[in-house]
Amino acid sequence: MVEIEGLTKRFRAVTAVDDVSFAVERGEVLGFLGPNGAGKSTTMKMITGFLAPDAGTVRIAGRDIGEEPVAVKSGIGYLPEGAPLYSDMTPGTFLAFVAEVRGLAPARRRARIEEVIDMVHIGSVLNQPIETLSKGFKRRVGLAQAVLHDPQVLILDEPTDGLDPNQKHEVRNLIRGMASEKVIVLSTHILEEVEAVCTRAIIVSRGRVVSDSTPQALMERSRHHNALSLVVDQALSAVDLEALEALPPAAAVEVSVRSESRTELRIFAKAGCSLVEEVGALARERGWLLTEMHGERGRLDEVFREITSGQLS
Amino acid sequence: MRAIRAIFKRELGGYFATPIAYVFLTIFVLLCGVFTFYLGRFIELGQADLQSFFLFHPWLYLFLIPALAMRLWAEERRGGTIELLLTLPVTMTQAVLGKFFAAWAVAVVALALTAPIWLTVNYLGDPDNGVILAAYIGSALMAGAFLAIGTCFSALCKNQVIAFVLSAAACLAFVLSGYPLVLEFFGAWAPAVVVEAVSSLSFLTHFNAIARGVIDLRDVVYFVSMIAFWLYATALVIDLKKGR
Ligand SMILES: Nc1ncnc2c1ncn2[C@@H]1O[C@H](COP(=O)(O)OP(=O)(O)OP(=O)(O)O)[C@@H](O)[C@H]1O
Ligand SMILES: [Mg+2]
Repeated sequence: MVEIEGLTKRFRAVTAVDDVSFAVERGEVLGFLGPNGAGKSTTMKMITGFLAPDAGTVRIAGRDIGEEPVAVKSGIGYLPEGAPLYSDMTPGTFLAFVAEVRGLAPARRRARIEEVIDMVHIGSVLNQPIETLSKGFKRRVGLAQAVLHDPQVLILDEPTDGLDPNQKHEVRNLIRGMASEKVIVLSTHILEEVEAVCTRAIIVSRGRVVSDSTPQALMERSRHHNALSLVVDQALSAVDLEALEALPPAAAVEVSVRSESRTELRIFAKAGCSLVEEVGALARERGWLLTEMHGERGRLDEVFREITSGQLS
Repeated sequence: MRAIRAIFKRELGGYFATPIAYVFLTIFVLLCGVFTFYLGRFIELGQADLQSFFLFHPWLYLFLIPALAMRLWAEERRGGTIELLLTLPVTMTQAVLGKFFAAWAVAVVALALTAPIWLTVNYLGDPDNGVILAAYIGSALMAGAFLAIGTCFSALCKNQVIAFVLSAAACLAFVLSGYPLVLEFFGAWAPAVVVEAVSSLSFLTHFNAIARGVIDLRDVVYFVSMIAFWLYATALVIDLKKGR
C-alpha cells in the first residue's frame, strides 16, 4: 500500500533522512521510533508530499506522489508534528474548511464532521477560537482533521503528545479500531504506546533505519525478557543464590533488596527460555517463603537505547 | 476551483476574524476622504470629477497594501500551518490564488466603500461616470499588482514586519519609476529606450492612463501580467522555502 524506496533528504550539511526504504500494508500499524533528530518527522513530511525528497520515491497504492501529488494526497490523512492549526478559526469552521477542500460531498459533510467531533470529544470547544484551546484539545482537533475524510493512509506525527491519560487511551483505541482497514504510520517517544498499538516498529537513528521488526521481537531482545522478580520474606542467607544461578534457563541473578525479613531479587532468563517452572519448583523444594513472583515481558526502552546508541545490530 | 474557493473563504474569514480587515477598511476610507477633500482641494477646485481622489491611490496603496499582504504566507510558515495546507489535496497554484484573491477582495471592498465620495460628486455636479468607473477598475488592478508583490515578499520572509518593509520598498520602486523626477534623472544620461522601459514598468504610467478614462488593453495586460509574474514568483519562493 505504502512503498518507500531510497528516501533521502539533506539540509545543507545534515543528512536528515538517509536512504530509507520500507513498505507498509493495509492492517499494519507502524510505529516510527528514534531519538530526537533521527529524521522521523522529515520522513513523514516526504511521505505526505510536503517536502520533495532529494532522492527516492514514495508510492501509495501504486501511485507516485511526485507524479500525482493531488490524487495521492487526497488519500492521506496527516497530523503534522505539533499539530499546527489556524489559530484564528474555531474547531467547527476549521473542520468545515478541511471538509470543503477535501471535497467531501456536501450531504455527507455535516454528518462526518459530527462523527469525528464525537470521536475525539471536542464538542465542548467547537465554537471557541483555536488559539484559546489547551494543547491537548488542539491535538484532538488535529486528529479530527486527519481522519475527517476516512483516508486509506494515516500519518500521525506524535499523535498522543500532550494528551491526558484518558485521551491517550482513547486515541489508542481509536487507532486500533481503524487499523484493520488502513495503513497507519505513527511516530512516538512513548514506548508503551508502541507495545499497545503497533504491529510493527521501525527504529531510525541519524536518518537510517536501524531496526525493523515487531514490538514483540524487540522485547525479546531485552535482557529483561522473561525475567522473574521474586519477593521472599526471609533474609538473603536463606535463599540459595547459587542454586538459582545454576538453573539451566537462568542467565544471571540480581538482588535488589536485602533485609532481615525480606529479600527481593530478579532472575534473568537465557534467550528463548522460561524460568517460571524451574524457579517455582526450586522454591517449593527449598521451602522459601515466596510471597510474590512475577514475570517480565521485556523493556523496550532498554532495547531502544541499545539499538540507537549503536551497541546492538 | 473548489479548493480555490475554500481557501479564499478561509482566508477572507481570517481577515475579518482579526481586526486587520476592519483597520484596513477604516483607514483606507478615512485617508481617501482626507486626501481628496483636504489635500486634493476637491471642493475648491470645483471640478466635477474624481481626479484628485484617484491621484492619491498609489500612495495609499504603498503602505496599506503591504500591510494587507504581509500575513498571507509569513503567518502560514511561522505557525507551521503551511504543512497542513500543502498536504491537503491542493496544487500550489490553487493555494497561491485562493489567498491572493481573498486579500484582493478586501482591497476591492475598501474601494467600494469609497462610493460616498462618488455620490458626492454626482450630487455636486455632473461628472463623466464612465471615466470614474474606468478609474475604479484601474485602481483595483493596481491594488492587485501591489498585492502580488506583497504576497511574494510575504512568502520570502517569515517575519511579517520585514515582509512589510521589503514589499513597501519594492512597491515604491514601481511607483516612482513613472514619476517625472525619476524619469528626468534617467533621461539625463540614459538612452531614450531605457527611459521608456523604466516608465513602462511603472504603476503610475498605466494607472494614470486608465484613470483618464480609456481602458487600453495594454494597460490591463500590464497589470495582469504583473500580477501573474509576482504570483508565479511567490509559488517558486514557497516551494523553495517551505521546509525551512
Ligand atoms: N528545515 C530544516 N532545516 C535544517 N535542518 C533540518 C530541517 N528540518 C529538520 N532538520 C534536521 O534534520 C534532522 C531530522 O529532523 P526531524 O525533525 O526529522 O527529527 P525527528 O526524528 O522528527 O526528531 P524529534 O523526535 O525531535 O521530533 C535534525 O537534525 C534536524 O535538525
Ligand atoms: Mg519529529
